[in-house]
Amino acid sequence: MHIFEFIRPTDPAAAIAAAAQSKTAQQGADVRFMGGGTTLIDLMKLNVETPDRVLDINRLSLDKIEDTADGGLKIGATVRNSDLANHPKVQKDYLVLSQAILNGASAQIRNMATVGGNLLQRTRCVYFRDTAMSCNKREPGSGCPAITGHNRTLAILGTSEHCIATNPSDMCVAMAALEATIHVQGSKGSRVVSFGDFHLLPGNTPHRETVLEPGDLITHVTLPPPVVGSKQLYLKLRDRASYEFALASAAVMLTIASGRITHARVALGGVGTKPWRSPEAETALAGKPANDATFRQAAEAALRNAKAQSENKFKIELARRCLTYALKMASMS
Amino acid sequence: MSNDDLKSQPADPTRRKFLLTSGSGVAASLVVGYVPALARDAAGEVDLAPTAEGPNIEGAVPITLRINGREHSLRIDPRTTLLDCIRETVTLTGTKKGCDHGQCGACTVHVNGKRVLSCLNLALMHDGEEITTVEGLGTPDAMHPMQAAFLACDAYQCGYCTSGQIMSAVALLKEPCGTDDASVKELMSGNICRCGAYSNIVAAIQQVRKNV
Ligand SMILES: Cc1cc2nc3c(=O)[nH]c(=O)nc-3n(C[C@H](O)[C@H](O)[C@H](O)COP(=O)(O)OP(=O)(O)OC[C@H]3O[C@@H](n4cnc5c(N)ncnc54)[C@H](O)[C@@H]3O)c2cc1C
Ligand code: SF4
Ligand code: FES
Ligand code: FES
Repeated sequence: MHIFEFIRPTDPAAAIAAAAQSKTAQQGADVRFMGGGTTLIDLMKLNVETPDRVLDINRLSLDKIEDTADGGLKIGATVRNSDLANHPKVQKDYLVLSQAILNGASAQIRNMATVGGNLLQRTRCVYFRDTAMSCNKREPGSGCPAITGHNRTLAILGTSEHCIATNPSDMCVAMAALEATIHVQGSKGSRVVSFGDFHLLPGNTPHRETVLEPGDLITHVTLPPPVVGSKQLYLKLRDRASYEFALASAAVMLTIASGRITHARVALGGVGTKPWRSPEAETALAGKPANDATFRQAAEAALRNAKAQSENKFKIELARRCLTYALKMASMS
Repeated sequence: MSNDDLKSQPADPTRRKFLLTSGSGVAASLVVGYVPALARDAAGEVDLAPTAEGPNIEGAVPITLRINGREHSLRIDPRTTLLDCIRETVTLTGTKKGCDHGQCGACTVHVNGKRVLSCLNLALMHDGEEITTVEGLGTPDAMHPMQAAFLACDAYQCGYCTSGQIMSAVALLKEPCGTDDASVKELMSGNICRCGAYSNIVAAIQQVRKNV
């Protein structure tokens, strides 16, 4: 592991000022915030991350879950994943988020992982994690061996000829469906980023994964007021029953009146280069009868632009069935 | 070591003591290579009392860790994980290193009563926090009910994952968890057992849960 200086700021301004000295907030950052450390320490051990300074943000008092004035929820960036998933209001009004988090990682990791860190967890692509290999995300311009190599678990949506890495987060899939907002404080002040704009497609800059700039500290995430009568479900399919990343997952929210879908939100996980909101599926559901045919049509629409790699063609049909089944189960809940 | 030797051992759960007292060539060579801290402690060779002294490491920083109710003032390399600090610096070797990447659960300890993976934590993050390792749960003479249940249910084979399993299981007692076996399995999925002692592990946990 690269040697670093460990700093424990107690106010956000000091943390932001220190982080603003980094040459980038993306791959290759020389200053890193540390939430739970479950992504960062893992990658520092592999020398994929080599920060010179590590800023522990756990003493910045960003660990609260509070109601917002409009009836939504404000979630501090260092709230632990387990505390969020087990929060009574999340279990009652944002069930899909609770389910998504509890389907991710393990109880120990959820006790450590923070909301901010989960938003920024990195791909599990084996080449990215191995500094002996080339990888455009880790070393821009070096190539993408996954395209001709091991890509069974990699993405089928949002890929480019430069990177096909999957965003592995479960929490983010639910937040995409819930239309969360990310609040960032930087050296130039505060700003809000809607969830769909936060993560970037790889395009020809796969090392740039989010809109964050040096010094940008995620302070909290807000959820809009709950949708009345919304039936919610997170379904995750994986190689083993637990403690495994998704091959395909779906976060769905349905409101049904007199057998017709009046409101639908859909996002997919394990298949996209970013948490994959599907407006195509939502359009296919809106106003339609809540039945199997509609659900299958929505799944067809969601995967219409999917592109398979050499080893992951099965994921296209797997994702279709995952979404179809999730919609059916949600409609019956 | 013959089968007879094995049979003649008393039902003493302390595997280290077993190795040391069995006097076999295997145990002897182990001792020469690396003297386990507990053995050294038992022999009165090491003082595990708080000390500001540490190996003279360049760039080392001071830290106070509270482990099993005892304060340790240490100087450590900032890169030291909580796991390496517990095992190598404080020399409590009950906590195990399996994968060192968050994938197996062998390194599970409690921080402020919650179970975490000590391999994905820096020791420096826990200055002043309350850390509990398997050594802090109970002793061979006064076992924690979970330790006793693991013994009674034969919930291990090689024992390598066991301290992590027990730390997880004890934390689980205070977490929201359904009463059925499936719920226990799901919340214990972060602890891999290479020997596959899973069904007995679940049995041990359920036995304790029934009695609380
Ligand atoms: C074995 C294993 C299995 C896993 N399985 C799953 C799974 O099934 N599903 C799943 O979704 N996840 C899984 N994970 C990933 C886990 O959820 C993430 O590692 C975790 O959410 C990251 O959170 P953290 O607080 O530990 O992040 P950290 O490691 O602390 O930080 C990650 C990144 O975010 C940055 N950062 C952190 N907080 C902020 C902030 N407030 N502002 C700006 N930048 C910040 C850090 O600088 C760092 O670059 C798994 C991890 C492991 C090790
Ligand atoms: S898929 Fe992306 S992360 Fe994986 S090797 Fe290619 S460029 Fe790197
Ligand atoms: S050693 Fe920590 S999880 Fe494997
Ligand atoms: S008892 Fe051998 S790994 Fe679990």
